[in-house]
Amino acid sequence: MAVLVKRPPLPAILLANDLLDGDVVFAIAGADGRLGWTRDPGLAIVATDDAAAERLEGFAATALATHQVVDAYLVDVDLTAAGPVPRHFRERFKTLGPSNRPDLGKQAGEGIATGRSA
Amino acid sequence: MYRYDEFDERFVRERVAQFRDQVARRLDGSLTEDEFKPLRLKNGVYLQLHAYMLRIAVPYGTLSSRQLRQLALIGERYDRGYGHFTTRQNLQFNWPKLRDVPAILELLADVEMHCIQTSGNCIRNVTADHFAGVAQDEIEDPRPVCELIRQWSTAHPEFSYLPRKFKIAITGAQHDRAVIKAHDIGIRIVRHTESGEVGYEISVGGGLGRTPMIGKAVRDFLPRADLLAYLEAVMRVYNLEGRRDNKYKARVKILVHEIGTEEFRRRVEAEFALLDGPSVNADPEELARIASYFTPPAYETLPQDSAALAAAKAANPEFARWVDTNLTPHRVPGYTAVTISLKPVGLAPGDATSEQMRLVADLAERFSFDELRVTHAQNLVLPHVRQDDLFAIWQALVPVGLATANLGLITDIIACPGLDYCALATARSIPIAQAISQRFADAQRQAAIGELNIKISGCINACGHHHVGHIGILGLEKRGIESYQITLGGDATENAAIGEILGPGLPAEAVPDAIERIVSVYESERDAGERFIDTVKRVGLVPFKAAFRELADAAA
Repeated sequence: MAVLVKRPPLPAILLANDLLDGDVVFAIAGADGRLGWTRDPGLAIVATDDAAAERLEGFAATALATHQVVDAYLVDVDLTAAGPVPRHFRERFKTLGPSNRPDLGKQAGEGIATGRSA
Repeated sequence: MYRYDEFDERFVRERVAQFRDQVARRLDGSLTEDEFKPLRLKNGVYLQLHAYMLRIAVPYGTLSSRQLRQLALIGERYDRGYGHFTTRQNLQFNWPKLRDVPAILELLADVEMHCIQTSGNCIRNVTADHFAGVAQDEIEDPRPVCELIRQWSTAHPEFSYLPRKFKIAITGAQHDRAVIKAHDIGIRIVRHTESGEVGYEISVGGGLGRTPMIGKAVRDFLPRADLLAYLEAVMRVYNLEGRRDNKYKARVKILVHEIGTEEFRRRVEAEFALLDGPSVNADPEELARIASYFTPPAYETLPQDSAALAAAKAANPEFARWVDTNLTPHRVPGYTAVTISLKPVGLAPGDATSEQMRLVADLAERFSFDELRVTHAQNLVLPHVRQDDLFAIWQALVPVGLATANLGLITDIIACPGLDYCALATARSIPIAQAISQRFADAQRQAAIGELNIKISGCINACGHHHVGHIGILGLEKRGIESYQITLGGDATENAAIGEILGPGLPAEAVPDAIERIVSVYESERDAGERFIDTVKRVGLVPFKAAFRELADAAA
């Protein structure tokens, strides 16, 4: 699915899969305020109002159209000390990796330490 | 084993080149995701939760050592050092990068492998009895027919855009180890009751998923020569009349169910009568050419029993337990078929590391005429092993964690990848399998319980075959948490049956206790030597439901 689905309750973050590598990426605001992508869910920008959610949706549409990512959609989150955490278990797994393999995925720091952009 | 001819070779290489070009066009923006998705799926590339997934075909579950070594290499070079063997006898890699897939396909083509017919609404890779060619109860090795159907179905112009995917399974034996009654078409090689002629019994309309159905026999005896024309008639009826308005009602099982077996049979027979059989059916010479690749290996003449094996068993109880559990009788004296369990206690069913794959490849080359099998139960098989060599094999398996003695036992659990990997899943499967296998880890307890098949699916699509598990577990979402529905009495064999739901769904942590309760009822109800499934069939669900109810009430 390459298109956005219905907006979830806020606050929310935008996640997607990187087109080339397939791993999960999150929308992030750069120092200049422009939106980009990070592999670190802890750095994801959180939309707390409709205007911010619309901005993320617009960014997702552009990223899909310019072939940077696939399967981009907003995910509702709880705000914790460690950063935004998806409320639904499916999306939580997506920010972590397979629960039976803690040595793999974001829970093992994959892609996060390098801070690569999508 | 079948070896590619020039046409196979060219076809697979051309597909690799096409996909390389398609990926390049996707990356440069010439193709949108909507345009690219059906193309990648036709080459086995899915997008899952954490990454892309590549599903590699292992036609009818047969592999050579060279092929398994290549899979190990791909796992190491392009993935995370392991692969996952599936209930479709395939191998899935969970972490490939899209940019690397063309190179992976090249490596596969180098060893006569590919990812064709592992996805999409086509006739999928044909699956078969994993003991094909060696089973004692076999009339005939089904693999030449599997290969014939592969050649007929691959890129078949009429059947490349079916209403939905289409799965065919074949067995040549009395005992069904290929779950043929849960396939769109199930083929059983049979001997005519009067003439003794070998032909086929054809079942249609089996399938699991959200609407589980047991296949119905539409032809009790189909002469060998008519196979492809008859299959073509079935496919035509389905292609024309299968529903395309609703993907959940698009499988042939729904058509058979809606119009009835009699009417479906009538339409197939009418189509079959109209077909120009000789133009469709395989030339007997071609079938003979294919069959020549499956001639039995050069077995030695050996005594029925091995003195070396008896001595090793007497000296080593652990080895004896493995021998008593993981072997299947072979049709040739002195030989046996060895199942290498990919179900070590506490690990993911069906996963194998590249190191393990290389070790198994070495063993197959040295001890099993360079051949091995993948089972739908997510294990590997060395099909042609001298009993004299068993101790050496076991000694090699132990250090890499592949000597688990649990074939057919309660810890030999089928589990789909579930929500740990799969984008379609509604709950996790692997941790449930891990928890159950840890609960029942004790070898003596497992042996005392005996044959018991647990099958776990992480969603209603039923890749984990939960409907036909003696105990089936289906992971769903219920009010924002994972919830597990338990069924009882399913059967994947020639006595195929769909399990019945025991009661309300349970949270994950209650599942091992529920299994414990079910096993306790069995242990108290069983007659001497009676298998779990036979006790369930004899006493019915009532005592199991009562025990389950107490647990469900406590968990509610």
